[in-house]
Amino acid sequence: MSQERIPVWITVVVIPITNVLLAAIAAGFIFWFLNINPLDALRAMVYGAFGSSYGWGYTLYYMTTYIFTGLAVAVAFKCGMFNIGGEGQAYIGALGVGLVCLWLGGKVPFLVLLPISIMAAAVFGALWALIPAWLQAYRGSHIVITTIMFNFIAASLMNYVLINHLKPEGRMSVESAQFHPDAWIPKVHDVLGAMGIQMGYSPLNLSIVFALLVAFAVWVFLWRTRWGYEIRAVGSNPSAAKYGGIHLPKVIILTMLVAGALAGFLALNVVQGEAHQIKLNLVNQMGFTGIAVALMGRNHPFGIVLAALLFGFLTQGGSELQFEYSVDARIVVVLQGLVILFSGALQYMMKHPIEKAYLRLHHRFGRKPGTDKTAEA
Amino acid sequence: METFVTIILILDAMLRNATPLIFAAMAGMFSERSGIVNIALEGKILISAFAGAATAFVTGSPWMGLLAGILATIVFAQLHAFATVTHNGDHVVSGLAINILAAGLTAALGNYWFGQGGNTPNLVNRAEELNARFQPITLPLADWANQNIPYLGYIYFELISGHYVLVYLAFAAVPLCWFILFRTRFGLRLRAVGENPQAVDTAGISVTKIRYAALLMCGILVGFSGVYLAVALTAQFSPNMSAGKGYMALAALIFGKWRPRPTLIACLLFGFLQAIADRSQGAEVFGMAVPVQLVEALPYILTVVLLGGFIGRAVAPKAIGKPYVKERE
Repeated sequence: MSQERIPVWITVVVIPITNVLLAAIAAGFIFWFLNINPLDALRAMVYGAFGSSYGWGYTLYYMTTYIFTGLAVAVAFKCGMFNIGGEGQAYIGALGVGLVCLWLGGKVPFLVLLPISIMAAAVFGALWALIPAWLQAYRGSHIVITTIMFNFIAASLMNYVLINHLKPEGRMSVESAQFHPDAWIPKVHDVLGAMGIQMGYSPLNLSIVFALLVAFAVWVFLWRTRWGYEIRAVGSNPSAAKYGGIHLPKVIILTMLVAGALAGFLALNVVQGEAHQIKLNLVNQMGFTGIAVALMGRNHPFGIVLAALLFGFLTQGGSELQFEYSVDARIVVVLQGLVILFSGALQYMMKHPIEKAYLRLHHRFGRKPGTDKTAEA
Repeated sequence: METFVTIILILDAMLRNATPLIFAAMAGMFSERSGIVNIALEGKILISAFAGAATAFVTGSPWMGLLAGILATIVFAQLHAFATVTHNGDHVVSGLAINILAAGLTAALGNYWFGQGGNTPNLVNRAEELNARFQPITLPLADWANQNIPYLGYIYFELISGHYVLVYLAFAAVPLCWFILFRTRFGLRLRAVGENPQAVDTAGISVTKIRYAALLMCGILVGFSGVYLAVALTAQFSPNMSAGKGYMALAALIFGKWRPRPTLIACLLFGFLQAIADRSQGAEVFGMAVPVQLVEALPYILTVVLLGGFIGRAVAPKAIGKPYVKERE
């Protein structure tokens, strides 16, 4: 079946939406099985996520996180690599942000501290991606496996650092001290409150502005710079890229450094913006969700922002379900799993039937008869 | 004598820790040797642990639990095959989908059925005379040997006797898997599909069928792993109880270079490291304190070092991760 005869709107709009609908239908069956009316559940989720400024706050807070982790996957994907290490990179990024805030919080003004903590998030996250990147570039070790291993190594490392170095004397739970309030990224409801607009309390903080800027910057980087061109060239055809004079190992390492830095930014939102301390297991699978976000967003920053909003809605709406129906909060995880299954693993299942149906309709009602025949050949 | 007892106890714990890894790694071997990347072991362990514990609780029989656990993983393994083989889905994405689905479904269903925050009720309940947990097997003469033969008798009593039946099955599974993979026609075809599916297809053998069969074997084996965790080692399912064991089994499989005996040794090594980590607050090597977290991370670090080609070379099956699309005309 020829690819060019299928218009873009089928590939970019119809097929992804069909996949999400299939996931929603499957989710509906699961809700029905759990004795919950799927339509009521959907209503409760929409209300929980968008029905109040409080709900919006949480939804957008999760969205911010997913933008970072989604971009971290997408940039690597553009270079033909699968970065499963967002989990570990974000965790180590949190260490960077935490150290900066603990050392400089209260000693320097926020506007001096912020660039340093942004740098720290990027550098720590990127460094954690460096070894898998180097191994992929020079030793051919598969990046999927090495990044999985590095997630576990990061968990052990953070466990060690928290217990032996960052945990204040006499505290029971494994977490660092609270940062000085001067180091906190301002909450959106405080900022809006100062401007006279009322908004309920939520963890949403100004990291969201940074996330949107970063998404735009990634678009510029990938599609408007030489480095981005090289990354995309390697991703679409490594041997052609090499023949064209691109040094593959350099591009692989550059890509993974950028991806690691993007994952590290998660810490700005979660640690500096909300928790104000380094906690055990703070990434909590959000790095993995980034994979789903990147898949849904078709590895394009604009798509990723939309997909991050969808997953923010799922996360917040799903946790509201728990109060409404006393269903386990991890029902959200099921929804995420279904979206990954249908729009990732089974993404080609509907592709051929839809394209075939389009060609048939196009042949019957279209302006150019005969397209069908050439397409089928 | 005290050091001797400590060593035997650590080795005993090693066997217990290695058992789920062995089943899962052998399961992974069938799948990866046929060319399907299997990062879904983690989720499949979780599914079988849940199905096993829930069924054992309801029926009161650990064997029914084992059966249910295996059936549940077979279903998920076939879903995995449906995505990766029939629809040429990305292997890593499919694996992740299964892991995430498993984590969510087990917790949500567990909470719905038993109302204990995703846990199943304890499988041993004196008041209701319920004992649905596997019981350790005492081998013949174990007590006698322990009392009458110094050292060797204790080794026999503590290390060799007194394990769950699944532990012995795990060690029996390794030569069996080796035989199937390396001495049968099915095994030869399976390995050929993982190296060069075109050639197998040309010989008139269905790549699709072989890969489905490989994932069926994978489902059966990994089913034992989860049931062992929930119905033997602990008498309960709790959410996320696989705790990375699937990934560690994958690491062991790579560490063993996709071959049965080296993989078994890797599983034992990782089980040993885990036993050390569980036992102590760290170890002391050449006068330097080694933090317990380093011991925990060692299996992963070693695997990365191996993958980097610094100690030997781990070469994956050639066609691994590549969907096989039949050429037409």
